Amino acid sequence: MCPQARRSNDALEIFRNLDWPTIIIYMIMVLAGMVSIYAASYDFDDASMFAYTEFSGKQLRWIGLSLILGFVLLMVNSRIYETYAFPIYVALLILLLITPFVAHDIKGSRSWISLGAMSLQPAEFAKFATALALAKLFSGYHFVLNSSWKNYARAFLIIFLPIVLILAQNETGSALTFMSLFFVLYREGMSGLILFAAMFAVVIFVVDLKFADTLVVGVPTGEFAVLVMVVVVSIVMTALYTKRLQPVRNLLIWYALVGAGIAVADICGVDTPILTVMLGAIGVGTLYIAVLAFTRSKLWIPVCTALLATAFLFSVNAAFDKVLQPHQQMRIKVALGIVEDLRGTGYNVNQSKIAIGSGGFAGKGFLNGTQTKLKYVPEQHTDFIFCTIGEEEGFIGSAIVTLLFLALILRVIAIGERQPNTFTRVYAYCVASYFAFHFCINIGMVIGLCPVIGIPLPFFSYGGSSLWGFTILLFVLLRLDAARKQSL
Amino acid sequence: MRKDYNLEKRKYVIGGFIIIIALIFIGRLFDLQLNDAKYKRSADSNAFLKKTVYPSRGLIYDRNGELVVYNQPAYDVMLIPRDVQSFDTLDFCHTLNITPDELLRRFADMRSSAGYSSYTPQRLIAQLSAQDYGRLQEKLYRFPGFFIQKRILRQYKHPTAPNVLGNIREVSQADIDRDDYYAAGDYTGDLGVEKSYERYLRGIKGVEILIRDARGRIQGRYENGANDVKPVSGRDLTLSLDIRLQEYAESLMTGKRGAVVAIEPATGEILCMVSTPGYDPRLLVGRERGKNYKALVNDERWPLFDRALMGAYPPGSTFKPTQGLILLQEGIIDLNTAYPCYHGYINGGLRVGCHAHGSPLPLKPALQTSCNAYFCWGFKAMIDRRSKYGSSAKAFEVWKNHLVAMGYGYKLGVDLPSESRGFLPNDRFYNKFYGEGHWSANTIISVSIGQGEILATPLQIANLGATIANRGFFRTPHVVKAIQDTVLPSSTDSLRYPGIERRHYEAVAEGMRMAVTGGTCRRAAIPDIEVCGKTGTAQNPHGKDHSAFMGFAPYQEPKIAVAVYVENGGWGATYGVPIGSLVMEKYLKGTIHPSRKGMETQMLNSSIFYNVPSSKKK
Repeated sequence: MCPQARRSNDALEIFRNLDWPTIIIYMIMVLAGMVSIYAASYDFDDASMFAYTEFSGKQLRWIGLSLILGFVLLMVNSRIYETYAFPIYVALLILLLITPFVAHDIKGSRSWISLGAMSLQPAEFAKFATALALAKLFSGYHFVLNSSWKNYARAFLIIFLPIVLILAQNETGSALTFMSLFFVLYREGMSGLILFAAMFAVVIFVVDLKFADTLVVGVPTGEFAVLVMVVVVSIVMTALYTKRLQPVRNLLIWYALVGAGIAVADICGVDTPILTVMLGAIGVGTLYIAVLAFTRSKLWIPVCTALLATAFLFSVNAAFDKVLQPHQQMRIKVALGIVEDLRGTGYNVNQSKIAIGSGGFAGKGFLNGTQTKLKYVPEQHTDFIFCTIGEEEGFIGSAIVTLLFLALILRVIAIGERQPNTFTRVYAYCVASYFAFHFCINIGMVIGLCPVIGIPLPFFSYGGSSLWGFTILLFVLLRLDAARKQSL
Repeated sequence: MRKDYNLEKRKYVIGGFIIIIALIFIGRLFDLQLNDAKYKRSADSNAFLKKTVYPSRGLIYDRNGELVVYNQPAYDVMLIPRDVQSFDTLDFCHTLNITPDELLRRFADMRSSAGYSSYTPQRLIAQLSAQDYGRLQEKLYRFPGFFIQKRILRQYKHPTAPNVLGNIREVSQADIDRDDYYAAGDYTGDLGVEKSYERYLRGIKGVEILIRDARGRIQGRYENGANDVKPVSGRDLTLSLDIRLQEYAESLMTGKRGAVVAIEPATGEILCMVSTPGYDPRLLVGRERGKNYKALVNDERWPLFDRALMGAYPPGSTFKPTQGLILLQEGIIDLNTAYPCYHGYINGGLRVGCHAHGSPLPLKPALQTSCNAYFCWGFKAMIDRRSKYGSSAKAFEVWKNHLVAMGYGYKLGVDLPSESRGFLPNDRFYNKFYGEGHWSANTIISVSIGQGEILATPLQIANLGATIANRGFFRTPHVVKAIQDTVLPSSTDSLRYPGIERRHYEAVAEGMRMAVTGGTCRRAAIPDIEVCGKTGTAQNPHGKDHSAFMGFAPYQEPKIAVAVYVENGGWGATYGVPIGSLVMEKYLKGTIHPSRKGMETQMLNSSIFYNVPSSKKK
């Protein structure tokens, strides 16, 4: 094929190579989102779904503009993203830096820049820029993440710069989104132990806080449970890293003896400082593993894990009280079911659970939701849009939406994995991580599993910035993917 | 191009993680939406329309079982704005006989009212007539979102005694805050027994639970009414008033400002309680209530001011019996003690005038002739008796405490709102006014004849009559005799003793009998009935003297005690005596003796011209 002919077929070629399943999922979500926004903001006296005065009408404009934007992005040469990744990243950082100074204060956050009739949130676009920058870093010649700590430092820098700048705008939710990029680092070689440590920390935090007020054998249930988990984890790790039976057997016997001692003491009513006994037992057990570690260095991992986990356990309460703001503490306590506070912090989530719960199997039908219509759930067309779906479309509708998100995320991962070049793969993982984070936190919050963090449900929540931000993320990926065969 | 197949496996970890989260979410949705009925119940409270069913308010009867106040249904046109669909406005207007402009105005009013919400029932038009209601009811199906709320209005078989009966009004926000029984749009009693017996009269509201679909159309009753709460009707009241006596006394007071209070001495039951000028209680019913109420408030004759309970007047000579009682009880005088009267009390450069009669006189003839000098001398003898009391101030305190025990100076505790306590000075009052030790009996001599600082309500004056009639005790006056299916709340059974011996009361009663047979009260005499009475002619700063009367009948085993107070009526004998005796005659005999018809006609037709606006009397 001569170059001339090839160029004229460019557009056709792109469309032929486009990942249509993703586009279909995208279209379904965006339209379902608009219908949900209409339902969520529906008022008896008010006009049609398409009137510009309505949220749904406005969202329709945003959708139209998004499609144009998507089309334009598909027509742009795919190489410019890789070429200009860092300039784009730097430009967004500068925009984030100046935002607090030019933005108006909306509900305590200074994150909106108004451009005539509309306002945009630069934080939504920073996700795209950061993804490009991270992809660019990883696609560097002979870049191997694990080859040097400097590579880690670079990656962390790219991730944390926007976090710091967005925190300065008081947008904690958006800032947290960037933490999801650790999945990308994991995919590119970061040790799984770090992810494991992060998750173990969350588990310790939740268990300790949630069960702080009950006692078992004279010890707060939370602390008791965490210490038992530390014992189990260190035994399992020792088993994994030695692949020998004897140390595992020794540890098991030791802890069984201590456990039996505690049980006997408890039954006989002997007043023993059980917490100290447990800590002592873990100390002895860990010391034993440490001795073994001199011959088998991997055993330092369970030693460190046990020590860090125990230290974390006893600092978590102080950290909770000192580091978090009162409203954040409250949101966490509500999500953990420690406090109810149905009139205050717990109000949104309780009403949202009522709305979803009342939907039943098939829902009440489009526009028939009483909870959402009666405006019991605040922020219903934005962060709590999933309520409307739950109430009006029931279990079927909400499960379908959940599965759609799952399909989208898995599809994006699959797209990433089929890339011949690192840039597109890393970029795809960034996109998947963002979607996964928003999906987990938003729906988790609405159904009362996560603390309330104000981030939108992609493609469903009302708002131009978020829709455009996610559209750009997805369509740039589609464009890069469509070009995958050219780079072969 | 590098491809690390070891790392590529991590896609399963990441993908698996997302899949697990999605499964947890679906599990949670299953739990919320299919497993737990709690959320459905919470939401259901919105899908049901809870319609209040108003109970019938308690009826009011008089002491003879005559119906006085009853209920009349009224119909409010209600709507839930979000359920209203486009309807034939012209047809609607035609049905209710209103113009389209009027309808638009009412919609505008409704939207701008304080409690407006498009999701809750709102009142569009209050109190339809029965005819309008009938026509609308037939066509109601054409107007989705509209419904009719049945309400109760008061109606008066005897449009009288507005001060005792009171009326009902819509609750204010303050009422709702004070008592959580009330919701916006409810009615509550205002003034009179409607207010003081509100808890008994109002009953308990019921609820009717209706199902409505997504478009707000009522689909029927929820579970066939199994969960409805039936309203409990209010309790009926039986008043102690004799409503015909009340009407008669009101007619006698036509054209005069003042009050008439009659009490059955043995029971403390108030037989009639008139305050004039009054008003027709029907004015405060229905749609015109607000306008009429405003007019009554602005009326310079103070029709809303219950003179029988709230009017604090100088009691004048009706006060003299109390003086006789105190002087006898304190041993200052006995029945033979006589004081001189030279056309009045003349002492230390002071002169209190009196009219012509024999001199000197003992107590009974002094009551008969209403001798001012007698009671001035007696008062002086008591207040200046330092040998007994130590000082004038202490003597005065003893004197005052006797009056308090007789029911003066404090509220009697009648079962009606807003009773006045009148006024009794004490020694501290005079110490402040004149300086300690700078006042004596002569300084304050006018209180001994019911003038000066002393103020009493007509109810307190009537209560004195009842106490003398009982020869030494009274029961707290009250207007409600019985409440249906329950006992009266206040202890009106207990007797209250002023602490003065019965024989002294006998003496005073005899003096009052003599006033009728041959003294100032001769016009009070009723054929075949031994009437006792005491006139009062009270000087006041508002013009002509007030005309007062206090009496009871019959002399032995009295059945009625009465007090009459006519503002600026002149001599006690001019208005007070005839009106008081006619009321007693009407109550005791049912008809007026032909020989007294002339006096009756005179009272029915006479008016007093008041050129000064009424004010709260002093």
